[in-house]
Amino acid sequence: MTDLTAAPVLVLLDHTPDGTLRSPVREIVTLAAGLSGGAGVHGAWAGAGEPPAEVLVELGTLGVTHVHRLVADADLHLSAVLAEALGSLVDATGARLVLLVSSFENKEAAARLAVATGAGVVTDADGLVVEDGRYVASKTVFAGTWSTRCAVTAPLAVVAVKANSVTVEAAAAPVAPAVVEHPVAVSAGARRVTLVERTERPSSGRPDLGSAHVVVVGGRGTEGDFSAVEELADVLGGAVGATRVATDEGWIGHDAQIGQTGVTVSPRLYIGAGVSGAVHHRGGMQASGTIVAVNSDADAPIFEIADFGVVGDLFTVLPQAAAELRRLKSEG
Amino acid sequence: MRIVVCVKHVPDIQSERALGPDGRAVRDGGDGTLNELDENAVEAALALVEGAGDGSVTVLTVGPDDAVDAVRKGLQMGADEAVHVVDDAIAGSDALGTARVLAAAVRHLDAQTPVDLVVTGMAGLDGLTSLLPTALAQLLDLPALPLGAELTVDVAARTVRVRRNLDHATEVLEAPLPAVVSVTDQANEPRYPNFKGIMAARKKPVTTLALADLGVDPTEVGAAGARTQVVAAAARPAREDRVLVNDDGTAGVRLAQYLVEHKLV
Repeated sequence: MTDLTAAPVLVLLDHTPDGTLRSPVREIVTLAAGLSGGAGVHGAWAGAGEPPAEVLVELGTLGVTHVHRLVADADLHLSAVLAEALGSLVDATGARLVLLVSSFENKEAAARLAVATGAGVVTDADGLVVEDGRYVASKTVFAGTWSTRCAVTAPLAVVAVKANSVTVEAAAAPVAPAVVEHPVAVSAGARRVTLVERTERPSSGRPDLGSAHVVVVGGRGTEGDFSAVEELADVLGGAVGATRVATDEGWIGHDAQIGQTGVTVSPRLYIGAGVSGAVHHRGGMQASGTIVAVNSDADAPIFEIADFGVVGDLFTVLPQAAAELRRLKSEG
Repeated sequence: MRIVVCVKHVPDIQSERALGPDGRAVRDGGDGTLNELDENAVEAALALVEGAGDGSVTVLTVGPDDAVDAVRKGLQMGADEAVHVVDDAIAGSDALGTARVLAAAVRHLDAQTPVDLVVTGMAGLDGLTSLLPTALAQLLDLPALPLGAELTVDVAARTVRVRRNLDHATEVLEAPLPAVVSVTDQANEPRYPNFKGIMAARKKPVTTLALADLGVDPTEVGAAGARTQVVAAAARPAREDRVLVNDDGTAGVRLAQYLVEHKLV
């Protein structure tokens, strides 16, 4: 049996265009540090600029030993280009495990990387361990109603991990990561797609929906008025989400849509206000830690999965909860 | 323009879904259906052919006998022909194994009449891995334009363009044909099969192919070729200590107290 703990782990370091780490990266770096067994955590940095100094310091405290700055002759936003870059880093580092944050873009690169390298791939994992010389990922399926454990039987594992799956911890001894420039010559095949346009979405000032610890969601029952939802989200330091109905009605942007075809969330706390809990929405939130539902319709299906349900008017219940939380906070 | 739409037969999302002891989805027939998100793929293909005024749509699926229902639904919506790859050796395939079979089938069809575009749904509502469209493109050595919320084809220039919404950005991608695209449920409103479509579908051909017809090595797919293996599966236990209150004017306060007591703030 191969000793997986003697191989370095490669981690894709998602970051904003200005070089700020995306929050779930800290989780997968923590996971990598625990699995690399001293063989090193190698980060892949895809972006125009150098990783900022403070980011390198933080990565060092989390256990990253090397940061490979990918320099490609094509746009690394394209999944085919990113997959080839990661593939060449796997070759260069001898990694047996590649960890990515589970996002739509990263899953595209993961699929390509797995095909190109013969790796086994698991997406939306919420945990990863080594067992009997194999990587075994845990994940929930069927809209959070089943838990599975999935072993990778190939020599290379590519695992995309959901946000809020790992508690971030500093490494035992911080290191100063070595920054290595890694040039990538991209194949002609990977260049056939042209990125005509890419518009970064402006930040709302609230946490990212996909990685927030607390998510407050408005549905049909808001009738388009999200003020109570936003107020409670802000008191809780959470993100604001919405159901398909609310985004289709134009009450809030499509990027706020939670569901099987929108953003999948699994925060510690989910609060649904005026959300009925249709099956497609449940598929995007049912794996949440604690589920709270406020709905004036006592027959709403979301009550079947709620830990705390309130049959009542969200426009009175939410502001009262927000006021009480503020009061409790001020009392310390 | 010849378009191949890859569709999947999945357990009905409204039904009780379960995994068997082997970690595979229980497919006991009866409540299976065309993956809802693949209806958007069929619709996109039909609309492109109608817009171009010329072309054909082939629906393609891989799966056990029941899976033929998925392509029949595609025919009822208006697809011209259907292909069903069925072979015992395919059972237990992971997403990449399924992609290998689909890639071989697309090559098989392309050898008969060149394929210009392969369209898929954004994900299967069973596994939800979203791996297939891009894996398929990589195996076919074609450009991939996944997650199209808007899809246009320039027939004269032989290019395809997709607008897509990602977690942090929106993108417009363009590539020459042939290509692989996946579409989201924002792309269109799938048509319902009407009586005429249902009657016409009965006369349309469904070709059944086995791995040998496609030149696929059985050890490369199915459980034998899978690079991942489900080693445990269990239904999540029901939530305990659930609280349901009717608002008597204090529910907001009680909610706040609940959050504090459970250390959620």
